[in-house]
Amino acid sequence: MSLPRRDLPQLMAQFLRGVQHEFPLLVGVFPFGMIYGILAVGAGIPQSTAQAMSSVVFAGSSQFITAQLVHLGTPGLVIVLTIFVVNLRHALYSASIAPYIRHLPRPWKLLLAYLLTDEAYAVAITEYEKAGVTAHGHWFFLGAGLALWTTWQLSTALGIFLGAAVPQGWALDFTLALTFIAIVIPTLRDRPTVGTALTASLVALAAYNMPYKLGLILAALCGVTVGMLLEGKR
Amino acid sequence: VNLWLVLILGGLFTFLTRLSFIYLLGRVETPRYIQRALRFVPAAVLSAIIAPDVLISDGNLDLSLGNFRLPAALVATLVAWYTKNALLAIMLGMLSLWLLQAAF
Repeated sequence: MSLPRRDLPQLMAQFLRGVQHEFPLLVGVFPFGMIYGILAVGAGIPQSTAQAMSSVVFAGSSQFITAQLVHLGTPGLVIVLTIFVVNLRHALYSASIAPYIRHLPRPWKLLLAYLLTDEAYAVAITEYEKAGVTAHGHWFFLGAGLALWTTWQLSTALGIFLGAAVPQGWALDFTLALTFIAIVIPTLRDRPTVGTALTASLVALAAYNMPYKLGLILAALCGVTVGMLLEGKR
Repeated sequence: VNLWLVLILGGLFTFLTRLSFIYLLGRVETPRYIQRALRFVPAAVLSAIIAPDVLISDGNLDLSLGNFRLPAALVATLVAWYTKNALLAIMLGMLSLWLLQAAF
């Protein structure tokens, strides 16, 4: 990237604004990263692997589930398939943010795609919808994304370090279900999404004893199908 | 389970999912039914994870009063619905679970 030097202060300013806007979310992300580290070590995942997962996969909810599945002795192929399905929602973010970064060179696209987490997306799309495509808007995105990335790595490391010290009775694994409740409940604003959530819940319960944890994937497929059917009727 | 293989493949799929439309935009048209389906993926996947986590203990459906996760999840649900504050919902849900565990 060769840039005219006079642009530098503006780039930095955008980058720092991105970090600033991400900050409120980091307060919530830090404990989740710690809990992931604690759970991963508790599930028997070696410390180095648990930490590597935070930078290679870099997706909180699928990391939580991976820890759980490893603990249950799930076959690797099913874990990979589950990670894929759980992270499919990121395709939605990709579609929504793509028009704002389509003019960027390929290395930028690859980097920003890697940083496209739930929390970075939320902050970046808000800014893009307000400001539109600007000369240095992608530096804002980069600032938000890197702030989250750094927080996730540090909080994971702290969780892995503390792993053994947290008593079982605290039931910290339940924060996963609570986190997902907090994310999903506000999105249930119309009949199709409510139908999706109810169907997926019921199928997941009914199919819980299916081999290889395949019930999760079956439930997700049924939920999406019902959502589309309900939407189509209107 | 070969954990490193899981990690690399899981990471690769996740990255490609995030890159998908950023890469494809302007090259191919996304089918409309895929766009429609994507809208329901988060609610479907997250619900399918939440329900067994809250309602199944030791492999069986547990709707009894002794399952403290159920009231704790209801508290989080109500807080999330009315305040849309994720952190508050998680903290009050966890607090409910701890209080019930301590009281009974």
